[in-house]
Amino acid sequence: MPDRRPFLLLLVAPALAMVLALFVYPLGYSLLSAFTDRAGHASLANFAKTFELYGSDILFTLVIVVASTALVGLLAAAIGGYLVLGAHPVAVALLRWLYRWPLFIPFIVAAQCMRTFLAKNGILNNSLDALGLVDVANLSGLLDWRGIIVTFVWKETPFVALLVSGAIAALDRASIEAARNLGAGGPRILVEILLPQVAGVMTVGLVLAFVTMLSVLSVPIMISGGSPTMITVDMAFRVNSYSDYGVANALGFVSYLIAGLAAWVYLRRNLAGDAAP
Amino acid sequence: MRASCGWLLRGGALGLLAFAIFGPLANLALWAVAIQWYYPHKLPLTYGLRYWDEVFKPTSDALASLGTSLVIAPTTVLVCLVLAIPAGYALGRRLVPGRGVILLILLLPQAFPSVAVYLNIARLFYRVGLNGTIAGVVLVHAVHGLVIAVWIAAAAFAAVDSELELAARNLGASALRTALTVTLPLAAPGLMAAAIFVFLESLDEFTGTYFVGVPDVITLPLMMFTASIAGNYQIAAITALILLVPSIAFMLLIERFLNAEMLAKVG
Repeated sequence: MPDRRPFLLLLVAPALAMVLALFVYPLGYSLLSAFTDRAGHASLANFAKTFELYGSDILFTLVIVVASTALVGLLAAAIGGYLVLGAHPVAVALLRWLYRWPLFIPFIVAAQCMRTFLAKNGILNNSLDALGLVDVANLSGLLDWRGIIVTFVWKETPFVALLVSGAIAALDRASIEAARNLGAGGPRILVEILLPQVAGVMTVGLVLAFVTMLSVLSVPIMISGGSPTMITVDMAFRVNSYSDYGVANALGFVSYLIAGLAAWVYLRRNLAGDAAP
Repeated sequence: MRASCGWLLRGGALGLLAFAIFGPLANLALWAVAIQWYYPHKLPLTYGLRYWDEVFKPTSDALASLGTSLVIAPTTVLVCLVLAIPAGYALGRRLVPGRGVILLILLLPQAFPSVAVYLNIARLFYRVGLNGTIAGVVLVHAVHGLVIAVWIAAAAFAAVDSELELAARNLGASALRTALTVTLPLAAPGLMAAAIFVFLESLDEFTGTYFVGVPDVITLPLMMFTASIAGNYQIAAITALILLVPSIAFMLLIERFLNAEMLAKVG
């Protein structure tokens, strides 16, 4: 049989060329631009300006994305666990039908929903008001950092929950039955037996959700226009208002670093998993 | 007594979840049929479909942007499949040298925060005259969708039994004929799933179009964004509902394409 490998490489080449030309090249260009000044000399001036102007926004972005990821993880574990351990078929079926709705809803549509739902006069406030829990007149709505977190969690939880519940469903049920026979309750089985076994899948889901939330431009613009805001908005602003690619790319570099942090967590976990007996 | 307490708890939790999921969608739906609605009125003052007429009249911006989206999304699918089918075929067979590195490079567009990359693509496209063109937007959408397309295509080709191909070859079919009449039809369901994913991604894409297309190429999400920022919530809500149709349809069908065993292999 003739060596087919060069032919197979040829089949991959066009796709590879496309990613190299339209992603890797601009990525390199962005790094280069972040570390040079307007005259084209190597410099850290962009970073000095970035931290001076947007230091608080970088922190704000980090807090929002980390908090959202944590909430997504908690909710996804709870949903995934109940789908497998839930004792009542009707409740399980309802949950299975319910939790997936936002799965493929675009961020921009989710943002538009929340822009009205969380507003001062939105359904959330008005429902709480109708129940007598709050008085709308004294409320201002949740259209700030809280609104961004709510939108992110609403949109990303179904994806991670789908991954986690799929992974849990594929586990050997014998250990669950054994733990049950020994008297362990649902939450304990979930935390001590199931979650450690699906931690790999869960980490992948959360890292993907983390990077996605870090890259979204529409949600912070539409939910909370003012300051402080997320660095994606700052990047767009630097380019559109000042054509300042240096600072925009320096902010981009910061976002790569934050994403790199998430990827590092993922890789470390994977390496630890490989080293374990 | 304990059982009823349990149902109260379960009902309460499911009710809260239902409110959290459908509340925002209900608010959107209300805006789509509201004519007048302002604080402190808890519900719209007047209802009607006047804004629907505005969205669907032949000269509307919304209809034009829907048309643009419906040109861009299928073209993106076509570009992605043309690139992903050969790549997926080769990668699915596991004989490609440097397979791991290739998969890693293809993953990059999904693994990096993309805003900074898009604004540099826009800068490069501007130099070669691709900025503000349909072709430019298609390329940006395609590079983002390519990863998913290649991955699903590779999985689909890996699942094709190579004994069947060998049988066809033994019966005298050429390599090309085997690929077209045996391999491709067997991988077709997976390729269909890839096409749907890419179509949805392109239809919903915002950030890349924001940098590369605007103001010359306005897709439906960009049109929705503009309406919303301008405070035109009725138009924004109706446009959002149009975007919701394919998203919800695919969500309801997802289990036909993904199963637990496949999901368990992620990571």
